[in-house]
Amino acid sequence: MTAPLHDSGTATLEVPADQVPESAKITGRSPGRIAWNRLKKDKVALGGGIVVILLILVGILAPVLCALVGQDPDTFHTNLLDASLGIGTPAGSFGGMSSTHLLGIDPISGRDLFSRVVYGAQISLIVAFGSALLAVIIGVVAGMAAGFFGGWVDSVISRVMDILLAFPQLLFSIALLSVMPDKLFGLSGSGPRILVLIFVIGFFGWPYIGRIVRGQALSLREREFVEAARSLGGGSVHILFKELLPNLVAPILVYTTLMIPTNILNEAALSFLGVGVKPPTPSWGQMLSDSIQYYTVDPTYMVIPGLAIFITVLSFNLFGDGLRDALDPKGN
Amino acid sequence: MITRNKALAAVAVVGALALTTSACSSSKSTTGGGGNGGSTFNAAATSIVNPSTKPGGTLKLWSTQDVDSLDPAIGYYAFVWDLQRFYVRSLVGYPSKPGAAGLQLQPDLASAMPTVTNDGKTYTFKLKSGIKFSDGTPVTSKDIKYGIERVFAQDVLPNGPIYLISDLDEGQKYPGPYKDKDPQGLKSVQTPDDSTIVFNLQQANSDFLYHLAMGGASPIEQAKDDGANYAKHPLSTGPYVIENYVANKGFDMVRNKYWDKSTDSLHSALPDKITFTVTTNADDLDSRLLDGSIDVDAAQRGVQTAAQGKILTTPSLKADTVDAPAATIRYISIQTKVAPFDNVDCRKAVEYAISGTDQQTARGGKWAGQLATNMLPPAIPGSDNYDPYNLAAGQSQVTQAKAELAKCGKPNGFSTTIAARSTSPKDVKQAVAAQAALKAIGVTADIKQYDGSQSGSTVGSPDWMHSNSIGLNVFGWGSDYPTGSGMLSVLIDGRLISKSGNNNYSEINDPQINGWIDDAAKASDPATAAADYTKINHRVMDLALYFPGVVEQSLNYYNPRLTNVMFNQELGMLDFSALGTSDGK
Repeated sequence: MTAPLHDSGTATLEVPADQVPESAKITGRSPGRIAWNRLKKDKVALGGGIVVILLILVGILAPVLCALVGQDPDTFHTNLLDASLGIGTPAGSFGGMSSTHLLGIDPISGRDLFSRVVYGAQISLIVAFGSALLAVIIGVVAGMAAGFFGGWVDSVISRVMDILLAFPQLLFSIALLSVMPDKLFGLSGSGPRILVLIFVIGFFGWPYIGRIVRGQALSLREREFVEAARSLGGGSVHILFKELLPNLVAPILVYTTLMIPTNILNEAALSFLGVGVKPPTPSWGQMLSDSIQYYTVDPTYMVIPGLAIFITVLSFNLFGDGLRDALDPKGN
Repeated sequence: MITRNKALAAVAVVGALALTTSACSSSKSTTGGGGNGGSTFNAAATSIVNPSTKPGGTLKLWSTQDVDSLDPAIGYYAFVWDLQRFYVRSLVGYPSKPGAAGLQLQPDLASAMPTVTNDGKTYTFKLKSGIKFSDGTPVTSKDIKYGIERVFAQDVLPNGPIYLISDLDEGQKYPGPYKDKDPQGLKSVQTPDDSTIVFNLQQANSDFLYHLAMGGASPIEQAKDDGANYAKHPLSTGPYVIENYVANKGFDMVRNKYWDKSTDSLHSALPDKITFTVTTNADDLDSRLLDGSIDVDAAQRGVQTAAQGKILTTPSLKADTVDAPAATIRYISIQTKVAPFDNVDCRKAVEYAISGTDQQTARGGKWAGQLATNMLPPAIPGSDNYDPYNLAAGQSQVTQAKAELAKCGKPNGFSTTIAARSTSPKDVKQAVAAQAALKAIGVTADIKQYDGSQSGSTVGSPDWMHSNSIGLNVFGWGSDYPTGSGMLSVLIDGRLISKSGNNNYSEINDPQINGWIDDAAKASDPATAAADYTKINHRVMDLALYFPGVVEQSLNYYNPRLTNVMFNQELGMLDFSALGTSDGK
């Protein structure tokens, strides 16, 4: 295995040995270590990263969190709606916030908003990570193949990517999701919808990462270490996965992090348009779409899922930006 | 770095904004208090608000929905029927009266109610003299016959009510006047002279007069009929003529100089002009309505939630609203051909389990509908308070529901699917509420959403219902005319079950119900037919074929300057044709 190429930024200031404390003695530092040190100094990125980790924990621990506050996302509390006004809005200010319903309740059904937002995080993150994983697998394999082999392989893959980039993705997704059968691979309820969402978002997302990987692979294949591997008799598969891939880890990591918030927005948009997960499964986009007709009488209902999407997307973006700066300081 | 910190600061700003806007909404306005001439909330439902005979002014109607068609044979929206009262007259019509009096048909073009002979199969009308089209041509019985013949031309003029076809077709599949070459035309309608018209029905039908009151039975001048294009420039027999119609924009109505008030006791025709304007922005329409720059929302589907909040918390605005039940029911049908609902006890479990109040809230709260305890709304003759499942309480009755489940052999519940139109968000909310209620008795329900414009081939197809295991179906039905048959028969007549476009979703084919439907049709006396439908309605509830849900209402605001404001029970909305303006503007 060849060492990754990000050696250009590793040069450290030579300090006389006698001025360096014993513990900080310069030893050979790996590129990952260096990137981590840079990332640690970037407070904004670190903040984003912490929020991201918290969100992931919230998603995983959704049932535990709901059990802690004693609520679940599907139980109706119509007795907490404003009966005298009679239009189905929550009684009390701030959308019915109270010590039992921390973020209030939703209009019409009175379901606990805290539980719905927490379970909504689970759905959003499952779809976002799942589709990012799918896009990365297809994108990396296709991009490396296109960049490394060139010729007709490159032409075919590049044209496919062009077609997919020009494809009316949203319209196609709406059409596909509305004709999908309700049962898939023996799953019912929201399971098939989540799978289809992952597939649709991931499938249309891979050309973005595919193009970047292709560009990188194109420049890497002319490098000496590839020549060396080839002259030593390394096969194409060996070169692709053992020589090229390790050098592509940094850009892949950065673009995956930046792809996740886009996927979250895509999932929210599809749910907003009514082709996301099925009710009663909570989804941020669905809540936002539902809240439009109540925005004057119950603005809290619009603000809460809106803030959830906003904070999630912002923190992923800040973390992704910081990660890019840390891994490739010469990049923009 | 600076830009990123700003981005983080923006999060804080949005959060703070959220808090302030919520705070605003919680401080409810308490100003106002009866700023107009004595109107009180819902007074128009039972009486005439601001009675006046003062003519003049322009009545400004706005709508977010354009008319489906101005052709009287095609128009089927309730508000279009309301607009037809300005320019379409038929042999019989509904008077502008509040309450049940508005449901009693009166002669309009006919000089008197018809003579009915031949065991209720022959209806003979005499026409009033001096009635003219808006081009000055006198109206004869042949024009009425021609108008009815046009309804048969479903290839040229589709989508309107087709009751007259089943009443008057003698099995010959009459193709309508455009294809028919026989000079005698539709033989079941005869015109011995210009002022006499005779209808010969295949079977006695106590609803026939109600079918004649629809726009499709109005006179059409053959020389001016250009088929599908007639909708762009319909002639008028009523007090106003339509001008400047542009699709999705609107039209004006000005006085018809050939209309003679002495021939018309049903239309007061007070305003000098009526404008109908189509807009795309419902909230903008509401704000224009509330600031008094327009008079009425023509679609009458109720103001948006934002305006509802404002109206209900401002007494002076609330005084000028009407919120009365229409003859429309929002129900959940229970499929008798899909297990386990083939067992009546499993169906009864659903009746007990679903919370009527939650269904009502799903549709928008108490202003959007009142709890129904059975399938006949109060405006329909034969309706009563029959309530075998204590639905008036509006609560989930878990104990009774579980007892019914045990009787049906499913004490631990079962799985089923609820169908709901994705294009009707309130239907989906009803389905979600039903799903939550059923979960409490151990019944797991999945929600199947489908495009409402495809309902004929989805929920309207029994095969589709069976293959998708749809046990429950959220839907609505409004009667086209105020009889038990108009309300219920399509939902429960076993002989009307069809491969597609089926409305008898529960697929009930009960000899007793079918027999009573026939008895009611033959009845010469409306009271007898009403009594039959009381029995039918009770049996429908005893068999637990429908969860009745709510009888629909909408909160509608009207400009306080309007006179003669009253709720028309037949159309389930304000009677536009009675309105006048107090300021003459």
